[in-house]
Amino acid sequence: MNKTSNFEFDDLQGLLRFGHGKLTDTCFMLLNIADVNAAKQWLSAAPITNASTTDALPDNALQIAFSVEGLRMLKLKESVIEGFSDEFIVGMTGDESRSRRLGDVGDNTPSKWEWGGSETAVPHVLLLLYARQGELDHWRTTVEGEHFATAFHLLSQLPTQSINEIEPFGFVDGISQPTIDWMQKQSTDIHERDRYSNLLAPGEMVLGYPNEYGYYTPRPLIDPQEDRLAAELPDAEDEPRLKDLGRNGTYLVIRQLSQDVPGFWQFLDKEAASDADRREQIAAAMVGRKRNGTPLIEQHIPGVAAEDHGNNFTFDLDPKGNHCPIGAHIRRANPRTGDFPPGVTGLFSRLLKILGFAQAPEEDLIASSRFHRLLRRGRSYGPVLSPKDAVKPDAPAGDRGIQFICLVANISRQFEFVQNAWMVNSKFGGVQNERGPLVGHRKPLIDGQSTDHFNRPDAAGTMRTVCHLPQFVTVRGGGYFFMPGLRALKYIAATPANGRDSAS
Amino acid sequence: MTPQSTFMITATVRVGELKNLRALLASLNQEEIPGHANPENDLIPFGKFDRLHFARFVIIEAKTAHEITAFGVNPRPWRPTLAFLGDIDGDRVSFLTQLAEHAASGLKQIFSYCEDFSEEDSDLLEWMKRHNVNQQANYVNWIGRTVKQIHEEAALHQSLSAYLQQIVDEVGRENIRQLRQKLLSYVEMEKHKGRLTLTPPEPTPAGWKTKNLAHKFGVPLILLLVSPIFLIIAPFFAIRLRMLERSDPELFIRTSREHIKTLTVQEDWDVSNQYSVFGDVKPGLFRLLTFKFIVFLTDYIAKHIYNRGYLTRIKTIHFARWVFVDNNHRVFFASNYDGSHESYMDDFINKVGWGLNLLFSNGVGYPTTTWLIKDGAQREHPFKYTQRRHQLPTEVWYKAYSGLTAVDLARNSRIRQGVENRQWNDAELREWLSLI
Repeated sequence: MNKTSNFEFDDLQGLLRFGHGKLTDTCFMLLNIADVNAAKQWLSAAPITNASTTDALPDNALQIAFSVEGLRMLKLKESVIEGFSDEFIVGMTGDESRSRRLGDVGDNTPSKWEWGGSETAVPHVLLLLYARQGELDHWRTTVEGEHFATAFHLLSQLPTQSINEIEPFGFVDGISQPTIDWMQKQSTDIHERDRYSNLLAPGEMVLGYPNEYGYYTPRPLIDPQEDRLAAELPDAEDEPRLKDLGRNGTYLVIRQLSQDVPGFWQFLDKEAASDADRREQIAAAMVGRKRNGTPLIEQHIPGVAAEDHGNNFTFDLDPKGNHCPIGAHIRRANPRTGDFPPGVTGLFSRLLKILGFAQAPEEDLIASSRFHRLLRRGRSYGPVLSPKDAVKPDAPAGDRGIQFICLVANISRQFEFVQNAWMVNSKFGGVQNERGPLVGHRKPLIDGQSTDHFNRPDAAGTMRTVCHLPQFVTVRGGGYFFMPGLRALKYIAATPANGRDSAS
Repeated sequence: MTPQSTFMITATVRVGELKNLRALLASLNQEEIPGHANPENDLIPFGKFDRLHFARFVIIEAKTAHEITAFGVNPRPWRPTLAFLGDIDGDRVSFLTQLAEHAASGLKQIFSYCEDFSEEDSDLLEWMKRHNVNQQANYVNWIGRTVKQIHEEAALHQSLSAYLQQIVDEVGRENIRQLRQKLLSYVEMEKHKGRLTLTPPEPTPAGWKTKNLAHKFGVPLILLLVSPIFLIIAPFFAIRLRMLERSDPELFIRTSREHIKTLTVQEDWDVSNQYSVFGDVKPGLFRLLTFKFIVFLTDYIAKHIYNRGYLTRIKTIHFARWVFVDNNHRVFFASNYDGSHESYMDDFINKVGWGLNLLFSNGVGYPTTTWLIKDGAQREHPFKYTQRRHQLPTEVWYKAYSGLTAVDLARNSRIRQGVENRQWNDAELREWLSLI
C-alpha cells in the first residue's frame, strides 16, 4: 500500500482526526469490567466511530480506551502488555515520583482525587459518547444495548457541558492544535526544521508511524506464528514479520481539572482594584490571549493558514516576554520554538548556534516544540459563570472545570514533559520562581523560596509582579489509557477469556 | 579569581558490608527526601564547608558488566566501589585537609566499610589523597564563580527585588535613572548595615594562571605539530570507524521499571538533579584511543572555551566530569544539572546529540552512530534506555544552593555587575532592571 496517499482512516478512532465539536452533548463513562465474556461480546459489536470522512456530518460518535488494568482484565497476555510504555503500565498515579514530576502534590495529591487516585482505582475502560444536542440519551441506549449492564460496572459518569469552546474561566479554548501531516510530506530531519511548524509527523500522535525523530515509538508487536488471532492485525512497518497491536492506536491522557472560577476572577479583580479593563489585561497576560482567543503577539508564520489568526504567530520577536509574558499559559503549553533559536540564516550562523556562541543569556532555554505537542480533545463542565458575575461576592459556587484529554504516542516525552518541564516548572524559560499561572500548584521550592507569583516583563524595564496567586486549578482525577485502532480492538475483544494462547 | 577543582575518593567496599554502608550513608540524608543530604548531618556537615558546591556518595557497581559479552568479550571483574565526589573552590589538598579536620569521625566511619582502611591507625588525609582519582575531563559552568559569591549574589538579588517592588509605584516605572539611584543607595545602605556583602574576587593563584596559560596554548601547539600524523592516519581511521560502526552489536535492552524507580525516587525534589553513570569502554585499542582523545579535547574546550555559563547549547549543567577507571576499561560520568531527567535527555538529544555521540558512542550499549556524530542519541528509545540502564543511584547528594539554577546564577552575577559597573545607557539600564 502506498502509505503517502492512503492513510488507514477506517482503522483509526475518529477522535484522532476530529474533535466532534458539532456533537455538543457528551457523556464520559468510567467503567470497570464486571463480566469478561459479556464485555468481550459487547466490544466486538460496539459501534466505535472511525476517522474516515462521510458526506453528511455524523449524528453521534463513540470512542473507547482501556487502562492497563482493563487490558489485563480482558486477558491480554502480559508479554503483549510489556510492549506498551512504562508510563502506561505504571499509570498516572502508580508512582509518587511521577506525581511529584506532574505537580500532583498538595491539593493535587492523587489520594485526594475523586477517581483514579490509586493504582487500583483506575477504571478499566473509558467510554466517550458524543451526540447532537438532545440526542445523547437515545445514543446511549443504542450504544449500550442489552448486555451492557452485565458486562460493565459504571463507576462514574464524568460531567461535561457544551459551552461553545469556552472554558470555565471564560477563554476560548482549544485554539492551538497540531496539524497532523497525514501524507507524511514534511521532513523530520533536524537540518530542515530550524523554525517552528505546526505540522507534525503522524507518529507523534498515532502509534505505528514514524515520529518526529523519524523512528517508530515502541509498542506491542506480536508474532502471528505464535498467535493466530494476530493475523488480522496490521503489519508492523518497521518489523515486517510482526503484527502491530499499536498501529492506528494512541495513548489517551485524561485529567479532571477543577477550576475555581469565582476565585480566579475575584483575585484578579482585587489585583486590578476593580477596574474591569485592567482585570481583563492581567487575565490576558496570564493566559497569553484575550478572552476571545486573540493572541498577544501579531506575527505571520509559514505553515499556518493566514486566516487562522489564533495560531499565526511565534514568540521569536518577543524574546523577553514584553508582549506575551514568558510564563503565560499558552507560552508554556506551546512555546512555538523551532530546532534552533531565531537567527539561523546560513551555514556560518548555523554553526555558531550549534556551538552555542553569539547567544543572548535568555536565548535557547526552551526545548524544540515539535517533540512535545499534544492533540487536545477535552471538554469543559459546570454551569457557565461570566467574569462579570464571578467577581461578585455572592457569585454562585459550583463545580466547574475541564475534562482535559490529550492524545499522544509518547506519554513521557509529550504529556509528562509539557506538564513537568513547561507547565509547573518554576524555572521555565528562565522565569523567576513562578509556576504556570493557571494550572500550577503554588508549593514553594525546597529551600523555601515562594513560587506563588506571576511576572509580566515590561519594555520600561521593571517587571510587573502579581503576588500571592492562589491555586486556581485542582486535579480531581485522571489516568493513562490506550485507545486502540479498530482492528486492534477486534483483537482485544477476540482474545480468549481463559487467557490461553489461541494457537494451542 | 578562585578556580574550581574536584576530588573523587574511591575505595573498594569490604565484602558483605554493602548493605551496612548503604544504611550508614542513608543516615546523612534528609528524612523525607531520599538521596538528598541533610546539610547539617552529624557525619559530614556539608553546609559548614563554604567552598563546597556539590558533593555525592555513589556506590559504583557494574550492573551492566554483562553487556560486553555481545562483543565476544568476557566481563572484567569489578567489586562495588564507594566514591565520594565533590566540586570545590580552590585547590583539592587544602579542602581535603579541611574535611579531615572537621568531619574526621564521620568520614572514618564511612570509609571503615572500605578495604585497606582501619579507623585506628589510618592518617585520614593521607588515605584520602592516596585514594583520589583524577578525571580525564571536567566541566565547570562558570570558572571562578565561588560558593560564597553565589550566596552573596543571590542575597543581593532577593534584597533588590523586594525593594524594587516597594519603590516602583512611588518613583514610576519610566523613571529609570531615579530607580537605579535608589536601588544603588539601598545596596550601599544594606552593605553598611552588614546585611549584604559583595566580596571582591580573590587574586588568581599565580601557579594556576601559568599552568592554565601553558595548557591553553600548549595543547593547540602540540596538536599542530602532530597534525601531519593525523592527516596520514585519517583515511585509515575513517575506514576502521565505519567498519566498527557497522559491525558493533546494538543492544536494545529496556531498563527495568524497578531500576527506574530507584533512580526517580531521588529526582525532582529540587530544581536541579544529579546523574551518575558507569559502563564499559567498547573493546579494542581503536575505541579506547578515540574515546580518550575526544575526552581530552572536551577537557580542553571546557577549560578554555565553555567556561562562561554554557556548554555549546546547554545552559543547565553546573558541573560534569568523565573519569576512566579499571585500567581504562571503564568510564564513570557524573553531572549536576537543572530540570527533570526527561528534559535533560531531550535537551541533549535535540541540541547536542552530536556531542553526546562523540563522547559516549565508544561505550558499550550506546546506540549505533554514523561517522561518530550522526544518529546515536537521535535513536530516541535505544538512547533513553541505555542511559537509564547505565545510571547508578546516588546514595547521598549535596548542593550548596538549592532552589537556584545555572541560569539563575548567571542572572544574579549580571545584577551584581550592574551594581558595580555604573556606566550605562538607557537600554542597558532597562535590561538591568528587567533582571531584578
